[in-house]
Amino acid sequence: MPDILSATAAGQQTDARAASSLLPLAVTGLAWSAGGQRLVDGIDLALGDGGVTVIMGPNGAGKSLLIRLLHGLLEPQAGQIAWNGQQAGEATRARQAMVFQKPVLLRRSVAANVDFVLRLKGRVDAAVRDGLLEKAGLLAKARQPARALSGGEQQRLAMVRALACQPEVLFLDEPTASLDPASTQAIEEMVRDARKDGVKILLVTHDMGQARRLAHDVVFIHRGRVAEHTPAADFFDTPASSPARDYLAGKIVL
Amino acid sequence: MQDFAEAFRLAFQLVWQMDDELAAIIGLSLRVSLTAVAISALIGLPLGAALATMRFRGRGAVLVLVNALMGLPPVVVGLLVYMMLSNAGPLGFLQFLYTPTAMIIAQAILITPIVTALSRQVLEDLNSEYAEQFASLSVPWSARIQALVVDGRYGLLTVLLAGFGRAVAEVGAVIIVGGNIAHLTRVMTTAIALETSKGDLALALALGIVLLSIALAVNAAVMSLRLTAERTAHA
Repeated sequence: MPDILSATAAGQQTDARAASSLLPLAVTGLAWSAGGQRLVDGIDLALGDGGVTVIMGPNGAGKSLLIRLLHGLLEPQAGQIAWNGQQAGEATRARQAMVFQKPVLLRRSVAANVDFVLRLKGRVDAAVRDGLLEKAGLLAKARQPARALSGGEQQRLAMVRALACQPEVLFLDEPTASLDPASTQAIEEMVRDARKDGVKILLVTHDMGQARRLAHDVVFIHRGRVAEHTPAADFFDTPASSPARDYLAGKIVL
Repeated sequence: MQDFAEAFRLAFQLVWQMDDELAAIIGLSLRVSLTAVAISALIGLPLGAALATMRFRGRGAVLVLVNALMGLPPVVVGLLVYMMLSNAGPLGFLQFLYTPTAMIIAQAILITPIVTALSRQVLEDLNSEYAEQFASLSVPWSARIQALVVDGRYGLLTVLLAGFGRAVAEVGAVIIVGGNIAHLTRVMTTAIALETSKGDLALALALGIVLLSIALAVNAAVMSLRLTAERTAHA
């Protein structure tokens, strides 16, 4: 990506990071309930700079809620989310980006979808846009309606759009859940590139292979709590918690 | 029965020849209704967008009210505008009564609730899809409205066509505030009403044929817009 984002843009990003990084992240006593159920039930979590943190756990464990809370899309009902001391909210969200399981694309051309984000960030630049699309293999389809793309291409475009924000933290909510292996690989390639550029990545996935390929550390969520937070090297072979052990052994974890 | 067939023959002949009087009536109809649609778009689209995206106390009541106003009887609108514009009314000094301006005002009042309510629906559906992504991108409110209107353009055009269809076909409001004055405020619907009561079925039928054709054209336009939207994957 450095050759795509112009040198000045990359420089600015580094400056901003040096000035006040969003990381480390410190979460304490985070809770969120709906319909009388505590869906996030007292989460404590500390994340350091860089790398890919994979968030795993059964459906309904609170993974998606957790990243929405971290991104500032939802207000915590209890507890604290501190991005390097700064409360999660408008200001921290502006330095982050999120890709959803189902890509939400504007009813416009592929190029216009990227331009929309670049305009928001105040740096409309056809060269930057084309560079990002080129890298994702979408440049030839720049003029096509975004919603006529295949599922894999749509998700790649959603990734491009997220990266066009030059995020310091990138949230990915099961981005490859409904994609075939080739499309999954393309997305993972983009994730690796972003990570190399120093973007902190929080990835929610059910795909064990994907977690093994990308994770530096794994947060296993069970019933709204952190069952364990373990380096990837240890997690897959010697998980510390029994829900994670059962999950990895292929048992049904409820 | 022969009269009936004769009326149809004459009607088609009139349409075919398109004499000046007929053309003037059709022209005024289109001018009044298109202007009313333009005004209702200027008022109704922003209102619809606001209702679609804002949450405030009493929003439910406003929605019920706007939806109810969609069914405003044209004669009631005509009566109210008449009372406002008549010499004894608060806006009588404007001297708008029995002018095309009065007719435009009445039709704009009639269809603004339609444009507001239907565009609210179109934009709210779109907003519910975009909301989380826009929140993630911290899209400011004005840019969000702009994006919704641009992306909902096909749906909104359909809304405006529905408003036009309603305006051009109504008779109750324009006959009260326009007065159906020949060469001044006579439009297709008021002319049909008059010519029918006079027994000149041919002219009434001729105008009816034109009105029906316009209704057909509007519906064809709506359908082709929908197809275009689907083809370009905007739907």
